[in-house]
Amino acid sequence: MNTLKLVVVSAGLSQPSSTRLLADRLAEATRQSLGDAGRPVDVRVVELRDLATDVANNMVTGFPSAALREALEAITEADGVIAVTPIFTASYSGLFKSFFDVIDNTALTGKPVLIAATGGTARHSLALEHAVRPLFGYLRAIVVPTAVYAASEDWGTAGDDRTDGLASRITRAAEELAGLMGGRAATTEPAETVVPFEQQLAALRSA
Amino acid sequence: MQFGIFTVGDVTTDPTNGRTPTEHERIKAMVAIALKAEEVGLDVFATGEHHNPPFVPSSPTTTLGHIAARTERIVLSTSTTLITTNDPVKIAEDYAMLQHLADGRVDLMMGRGNTGPVYPWFGQDIRQGIPLAIENYALLHKLWREDVVDWQGRFRTPLQGFTSTPRPLDGVPPFVWHGSIRSPEIAEQAAYYGDGFFANHIFWPKEHFQKLINLYRERYAHYGHGTPEQAIVGLGGQVFMRKNSQDAVREFRPYFDNAPVYGHGPSLEEFTKETPLTVGSPQEVIDKTLTFRETFGDYQRQLILVDHAGLPLKTVLEQLDLLGEEVVPVLRKEFAAGRPADVPDAPTHASLVAARDTETVTADLPA
Repeated sequence: MNTLKLVVVSAGLSQPSSTRLLADRLAEATRQSLGDAGRPVDVRVVELRDLATDVANNMVTGFPSAALREALEAITEADGVIAVTPIFTASYSGLFKSFFDVIDNTALTGKPVLIAATGGTARHSLALEHAVRPLFGYLRAIVVPTAVYAASEDWGTAGDDRTDGLASRITRAAEELAGLMGGRAATTEPAETVVPFEQQLAALRSA
Repeated sequence: MQFGIFTVGDVTTDPTNGRTPTEHERIKAMVAIALKAEEVGLDVFATGEHHNPPFVPSSPTTTLGHIAARTERIVLSTSTTLITTNDPVKIAEDYAMLQHLADGRVDLMMGRGNTGPVYPWFGQDIRQGIPLAIENYALLHKLWREDVVDWQGRFRTPLQGFTSTPRPLDGVPPFVWHGSIRSPEIAEQAAYYGDGFFANHIFWPKEHFQKLINLYRERYAHYGHGTPEQAIVGLGGQVFMRKNSQDAVREFRPYFDNAPVYGHGPSLEEFTKETPLTVGSPQEVIDKTLTFRETFGDYQRQLILVDHAGLPLKTVLEQLDLLGEEVVPVLRKEFAAGRPADVPDAPTHASLVAARDTETVTADLPA
């Protein structure tokens, strides 16, 4: 069986960052779940902090630098993506949004994506549902049902009667992602197709 | 191989002294630049077409007609003519007229334009950009080749028994290039007609354009116009030169840093690494330009941007002197060396007339 490709996008800014911490936990859980199913996986982490200037330059010039291009290509070729952002001002961070603004709008079509976020308080957890999920909906990605939000307090509590703890939410989301990735046929480069000119002309005439 | 310049016609404040030329000054500067281009031995002068400030060239045939009257040899072209929002009938008339006045020294480059509101301003829908380019050009192509045209399309009033006047000079329409920076449909269109394909790759890395040009070359051969290597390719370029490389960098940096399009983004060093922009000595410009052939194959036309971002006219004229004296003569020699004999030059009016006459003679021969 082919080795699957998992790309983890982390938009954390501090170092070390809790966003990266969450991203790594999710990646590891996904790797384990796929491993249990006998599917090896390559994990590649894209730290947006390292690409912050490149993303801004792409906005200005319309093309990506070599480093950014390489990251964009890795995501385009991935079998699954884990996207983790800190919640700033009630939504995804600007850097996170900018990165997904410069990626080709078909790059994530049909791709399994696990969304996750970190924040100082659990009160912003629905930002994943009202901001991050629609972003990937627009990109026609397949977003797994469980979105993982880690507030500061989650790192020190085990959940309660009404809420699963962070660890079990991570496992559940990772299993959902692994399930979708495992079921995917190997990613193939879509062939460049040209619509023959006669056909383009004919389409105009018949309209 | 042809070498020339293309202008955007932007009115931009000179960042080194805060001075903004008037529209009148900019228009006169465009003319002075075109005359200088001929004087230093360049082959082509092309003007953009824009319908919004800070650009002045809304009326290319007026500009080119004026330049035609004041030059003898240089080919006048466009970069680009908006095939989407101009009426193809008016393009057929205007450029045939210009072709007569310029004694055939005219070709043009079709483009879709990059300013969204121009479409609604001219009564069109930007979402129809590609279909407009395809249908309008199909009509233009017909108007120049058939004396009496009946036409019905999706985007313009039907024509019954219409004759576009004047008829093209010697019955041979101006050569057409199709410019595109991202659309395979346009490469396919150029290939279908056997027209030229111009990739203005000055703002983007080369990998992207290799795909587009290779597609055009393959499809050109598919439609039976020749081998892929014989397809008619044009490329953009952008340079700033001084004898001494460091002087060029020092002088150009404020213009680069504040340029419309890419200013306030990547550094000059990053941008020159990723794109065709060359800032340095004439030798560096020669070296960089020669790499284009390695990337894209032997090609027919090199247009260079020299007069934007607020550079003063005097500086631009100095750039043209350097191009004419030190760069282009070397490039002509280098590009000619190792160029296969069956790779054609860019078509000119004379070569198109000759080709037409050869075909006619061949057709008349008994089988």
